[in-house]
Amino acid sequence: MREFNYYRAGSVRDAAKRLGAGGNAMLLAGGMTLLPALKMRLNEPGELIDLAGIDELSGIKLTRKGAHIGATTTHAEVAGNVELRAAVPVLPHAADAIGDPQVRNRGTLGGSLANNDPAADYPAVALGLGATIFTNKRKISADDFFTGMFETALGRGEIITQVLFPIPQRAGYAKFPNPATRYALVGVCVAQFKTGVRVAVTGAGASVYRLTDFEDALDSEFSEVALDGLTASSANLNDDMHAGAEYRAHLVGVMARRAVTMALD
Amino acid sequence: MSGDMGIGVSAPRTEDRRFITGRGRYVDDINLRTQQYAWFVRSPHPHAEVRGLDAADALKMPGVTAVLTGADMQADDIGSLPVAWGITSRDGSPAVEPAYPALATDRVRYVGNPVAVVVAETRTQARDAAEMVNVDYEELESVSSATAAMEEGAPLIHEGAPGNTCFDWEWLPAAMAPDARSNTDKAFDEAAHVVSLELVNNRLVPNAMEPRASLADFNPATGQLTLYTTSQNPHVNRLLLCTATLKMPEHKVRVVAPDVGGGFGSKIYHYAEELTVCWASRRLGVPVKWTAERSESFLADAQGRDHVTRVELALDAEAHFTGMRVDTVANLGGWLSAFGPAIPTVFYAPLLAGVYRTPNIYVTVKGVFTNTTPTDAYRGAGRPEACYAVERAVDEAAVQIGMDPAELRRRNFIQPDEFPYQSPVGQLYDSGDFEGCLNLARELNAYERFDERRRQSQARGKLRGRGMCFYIEACGAAPSQAAGQLGARAGLYEVATVRVHPSGSVQVLTGSHSHGQSHETTFAQIVAERLGIDFGNVEIVHGDTGEIPFGMGTYGSRSLAVGGTALYKALDKVEEKGRKIAAHLLEAEAADIEFTDGQFRVAGTDRAVSFGDVALAAYVPHNYPLQELEPGLEETAFFDPENFTFPSGCYICEVEVDQNTGQVELCDFVAADDFGNIINPMVVEGQVHGGLAQGIGQALLEHCLYTPEGQLLSGSYMDYCMPRADDLPNFVVATRCTPTPFNPLGVKGCGEAGAIGAPPAVINAVLGALRPLGVRHIDMPATPQAVWQAIEAARSGE
Repeated sequence: MREFNYYRAGSVRDAAKRLGAGGNAMLLAGGMTLLPALKMRLNEPGELIDLAGIDELSGIKLTRKGAHIGATTTHAEVAGNVELRAAVPVLPHAADAIGDPQVRNRGTLGGSLANNDPAADYPAVALGLGATIFTNKRKISADDFFTGMFETALGRGEIITQVLFPIPQRAGYAKFPNPATRYALVGVCVAQFKTGVRVAVTGAGASVYRLTDFEDALDSEFSEVALDGLTASSANLNDDMHAGAEYRAHLVGVMARRAVTMALD
Repeated sequence: MSGDMGIGVSAPRTEDRRFITGRGRYVDDINLRTQQYAWFVRSPHPHAEVRGLDAADALKMPGVTAVLTGADMQADDIGSLPVAWGITSRDGSPAVEPAYPALATDRVRYVGNPVAVVVAETRTQARDAAEMVNVDYEELESVSSATAAMEEGAPLIHEGAPGNTCFDWEWLPAAMAPDARSNTDKAFDEAAHVVSLELVNNRLVPNAMEPRASLADFNPATGQLTLYTTSQNPHVNRLLLCTATLKMPEHKVRVVAPDVGGGFGSKIYHYAEELTVCWASRRLGVPVKWTAERSESFLADAQGRDHVTRVELALDAEAHFTGMRVDTVANLGGWLSAFGPAIPTVFYAPLLAGVYRTPNIYVTVKGVFTNTTPTDAYRGAGRPEACYAVERAVDEAAVQIGMDPAELRRRNFIQPDEFPYQSPVGQLYDSGDFEGCLNLARELNAYERFDERRRQSQARGKLRGRGMCFYIEACGAAPSQAAGQLGARAGLYEVATVRVHPSGSVQVLTGSHSHGQSHETTFAQIVAERLGIDFGNVEIVHGDTGEIPFGMGTYGSRSLAVGGTALYKALDKVEEKGRKIAAHLLEAEAADIEFTDGQFRVAGTDRAVSFGDVALAAYVPHNYPLQELEPGLEETAFFDPENFTFPSGCYICEVEVDQNTGQVELCDFVAADDFGNIINPMVVEGQVHGGLAQGIGQALLEHCLYTPEGQLLSGSYMDYCMPRADDLPNFVVATRCTPTPFNPLGVKGCGEAGAIGAPPAVINAVLGALRPLGVRHIDMPATPQAVWQAIEAARSGE
């Protein structure tokens, strides 16, 4: 780790101002990715702006529009939230599958989405549920938010404030963990809305993506059987020591079926 | 009174109080005034010429004291890192032992090879400056796999080792020589069944919880050097520092291995980093400290295993094993680590008989240089590789001839009345009850009800498999003379001093070293039992060459069998002298004195004197036979065993495989071990659990993987998969012990058994689950992808 300046922001406005002031600043939420990166010198910011002291960024609220979750709400808070478990169980289920208890007690929703790790769980749920990401400047639909590996639509000085997850009729998230990291080797979120089915895949590609042929099949009939004969393409999928593209493509099919089963459960 | 903490009791661990409350004192906890910090500049290339090194920018960085190189080391006449075991090829030529400088001078041969060291006032300054050291590398072609390195046209790694061959060895122990090969070939010619397998024993990273660290403190005024270091054997380190590398007289060097957090073999060796900080401290006149980052541990700690083996087993028509041929290629890495050549040869081949009466065995091993981190002993060290080859072949034979694997093993067991048993590969097995152990394991596994469980798994959509392994291993390498004939360059004895204080409390100074093994508890139990004193009145001191006599440390599950016996023999001497003192105090003949429960008593009378009173008399010799007996009560014993000890055991494992994903889940694991007599059952159980976890890790999770060129792919926990609690089932462990006759405690050793026996048990279980799908073979680790690929290949008829 190299030396950096630490700044504890009092409000979103304060954090944004500081972020725009130059000095190669970065936002610190839970730090579950950023801090290890600093230790390995993969990231060398001049300043860390800590969002932990901004109360308005944290919290869970259910409205008719859906589940509003503040950006610095931890995975453990989502996983343990009784209202969410009743209204949209896929969210606490996915949050509970992230990392280990230490990570879940520190890591945040906003941090995970902003980082857009290709193997993170939350991007699949955000894209699968068609979430809306609110920032200090605008709102961005999940379909436009995840733009590439570790890349998002966030601009400079832009801070995620909360995320709105619409409530699906039913949904499931099935994850096959990387044995070493327990990130998703492949994770698939399936959600059925009145407007149609959404299927989002994480872990398999450079960034989370939707599986339209699976969506179409499930639109006509929301069941495992509807996916019979459907396979995911291995083109452009990740290939590493844990899983080649072929195996990942196979797992996409298996996890999609399991997500459907969970949704129907 | 031993209190209630004598031999055989699960005494709570003395050391836990400080470990659990965070009061352990590890090397990195030690800080000295004026100390500076070392950071190593390491090669990013698997193979390169070092054409030059420019430290000018680094030296301008704040806080930097020095940038030192291999050339500086050579100028100071620092010796290269020694090889501690010489192996002789079958043509009679010695193994190629290239000089291994702690800091590379002209060529680097693996990623992480140290090239220079920066010393600065803070760790961060040293690290920052290290990034400014400009090394001019000319990259060379490189190769990471041993089989590829043997191919024609492979890059040559050491000029003196054509074909990258370090040695080409065959095992001809006296029991078989010189006809081992022809006799074995004949057995195959006459065999009713022949099994042949090609096996890869995957490379592993040791991953001790505490990364290596060294703090060297040279005092220019006295010429004394003190080295605090993460070592399993501080005296061996001092010996090598003094005689091979730093070249200082031993009375001027003290090596301290304080609390050490795990070793598994990786902290046996005299490493480049500890030598370098000693030399830097002497050269600069300040204490110099180095603590590895975890990423460095992945590159710089000697790694384990990495064999490719062809094993063949011949059986007669009645399913008796008649011959075995084993041909192994061992990957030694870019240079030789201290015991690198010994592990795949003399610690491997002599175990290839397993627990069976196979009469003819012929073994050949090629040791090969590659552009990878050097390999050496890692928990089990040669025996896991041997056990894996034997037990995979035996299971394969059972499948081929359609016999229950337990029955095939039973039919070939060495019988209890055959001990001591001379195996054809040169070991004299001490004791064992293999059938008894097998039956115990079967009972614990509910062996007969497997089909029922398999059906239940099937109903859940899972494939259930069961695997078995019967291991035997060798602990406490011995005797020194025989090892010397096989190439050992060190002694294999152990030493203990029992220092009785005037009040009757006892300090034991042992040459053994605990880095997790619980010596402070188990050795104290032996003393409490023998002297009849309270467990709490015994202190075990280890790890400081300034305090303890010259011992060989802890490796190869030797502490109790060798170090414990040295302690036992020192206690014999204490008892003998105490008897003489008591005889004087009681005005009786020494021959008439009995010693039980801490009382010296005139036999058949109630006249007695306590151990404490005898101790007091020894130090306050007012009423004492000074003409015949020296005052004081302190005795030392050195013990060089006449043989190894041979723990054995039967492991049965059951798995469920999800054929949709390839995921293997361990459902049950039964371990029935024979460790000889047991001092502390709880500690033994803990050792078994740890060993099993590591063995299961090798079988299913852990894989040290390089690119073909030698870049480490699994260089962090993001890719190197360590076993976690939720990867493991609840272990069912039990013991069925036959005491060894080769030491008076009757103990064998338990530290490595789990890591030796678990891998074949797990893989045999995985194959058991997959055979109905047509899968015949899988290599470790059986990761989900590997299992899925094996299933796919079988389905498509490959």
